[in-house]
Amino acid sequence: MADRKIDEATQTETVGHEWDGIEELNTPLPRWWLWTFYATIVFALGYVIAYPALPGISHASEGMLGWSSRKQLDHELQAAEAARAGLRAQIAATPLEQLPGKPALMRAAVAGGAAAFKVNCVQCHGAGAAGSKGFPNLNDDDWLWGGDLRTIEQTLIHGIRQPGDDQTRMSQMPNFGSDALLTPAQIQDVASYVLVLARKEHPGASSGRGKDVFATNCVVCHGSDGKGSRQFGAPNLTDAIWLDGSSRDEVVAQISHPHMGVMPAWGTRLDPVTIKMLAAYVHSLGGGEAFAAPEQPREP
Amino acid sequence: MTSMTERHKTLEKNVTLLGVCALVAVAIGGIVEIAPLFWIDNTIEKVEGMRPYTPLEQAGRDIYVREGCYVCHSQMIRPFRDETERYGHYSLAAESMYDHPFQWGSKRTGPDLARVGGKYSDGWHVQHLTDPESVVPESVMPKYGFLAKNALEVPDIAANLTALRHVGVPYSDKDVAMAAADLKAQADPEADQGDFAARYPKAQVRDFDGDPGRLTEMDALVAYLQVLGTMVDVNGAAAQEELAAEHGR
Repeated sequence: MADRKIDEATQTETVGHEWDGIEELNTPLPRWWLWTFYATIVFALGYVIAYPALPGISHASEGMLGWSSRKQLDHELQAAEAARAGLRAQIAATPLEQLPGKPALMRAAVAGGAAAFKVNCVQCHGAGAAGSKGFPNLNDDDWLWGGDLRTIEQTLIHGIRQPGDDQTRMSQMPNFGSDALLTPAQIQDVASYVLVLARKEHPGASSGRGKDVFATNCVVCHGSDGKGSRQFGAPNLTDAIWLDGSSRDEVVAQISHPHMGVMPAWGTRLDPVTIKMLAAYVHSLGGGEAFAAPEQPREP
Repeated sequence: MTSMTERHKTLEKNVTLLGVCALVAVAIGGIVEIAPLFWIDNTIEKVEGMRPYTPLEQAGRDIYVREGCYVCHSQMIRPFRDETERYGHYSLAAESMYDHPFQWGSKRTGPDLARVGGKYSDGWHVQHLTDPESVVPESVMPKYGFLAKNALEVPDIAANLTALRHVGVPYSDKDVAMAAADLKAQADPEADQGDFAARYPKAQVRDFDGDPGRLTEMDALVAYLQVLGTMVDVNGAAAQEELAAEHGR
């Protein structure tokens, strides 16, 4: 390297090769680039010291800052929790019965419930809580199991026909068709009677026969007037609200081999305050009922 | 300086030597990055409750892979606030220890499924798989109603379990011997379960697809979806992590 060759035109050193008179310049790296490069090396050394980086025998180095993604998440969750703590404590301390009497708190609960609803409930009940076939609409006045705050909370905590929850809301409509409890003709008759109850068809011979079938088989849950029973989650058959469809075919299918909705028990997934807020939100959607007489003991 | 450059010239002019030295250089990087994963504690954290999939769940998992569910659904809840508030506790490494291959995924057209188990009813899953838009109008998921029509056909489930055992899933000899019976029994509450519940703790036994007479691919897939993320008591695991943290990890 003693005999450096300098290119005359550019006054830059060449690498020393020559091919048929063509030489290669050895242009030095720009200063700014070189210093940036050195700076990144220094930064990397600092980073290795400050953050977890070097693997060891049983664990990686923890870094001077003690950072970990899980700790950072904990901090974020705690900060969020702290921001909501005041309201949540108030909601937790307020019995559901008194919540509607505190409008500011009720509004907060409804807002929190709306957020939780979007995460957990819309998949079945729909983004607007209007439900779909087989999944109840929560906006109307028609409640299968009851629509006051306490009842809604109970449904949320233990679910409906949730396997493994011994306090879940439980009832079972017999498979009148597929278990051959009724003949196909009887099922058509009782379907006629149900459609008459709902004022979708005019009374006739079929519905007349169906009335007797209904009286023998259906009144226990749906009531002698067909208005249903919340004790069993038995729908009101006289209104225009149908969970599983109102056509004759759908009614016959429901009698023959009933579809029975299942709702998960959210008590095992969500904390009590969130469930309270969800109850407030669902109650606020339009069909919320005032508290009725003390809940009657449920029968199996 | 000069001698270093001269020596490097030797390297550059000898392709075999260059290859060997390049291999050594890359191997050092590989060893530093990969090898510690096999021994440092937090990649092999122990958690309570993990058990191998039951034959029916495993069959459902195979359908999940066959249908390419992983293309749109991840199974990996990252430790971020937005993810944990939507999907639940972040995933732990041990929760996919019996997944071969794991289904962490890298793209979410649909939501993460790592903790979907128990979140919806069986009926919801069947209806949603049959016609996603009937329950989620804005969904772009394809329809999988044919799963309910297809009888579940696994030529030799015991062989599947044996293969998994070779890669480290601790199926017992009895698990393998009973695999075919377990496959049918889990979807049939009327069947003789034997000691199924003891061998697969907390396994859910019921008809999953709402069609008690037949064992369908829908049964298997719903059984698999309903167990996802439910094996480990995550709060228990968190408690264990805190314990481990106290020991300086």
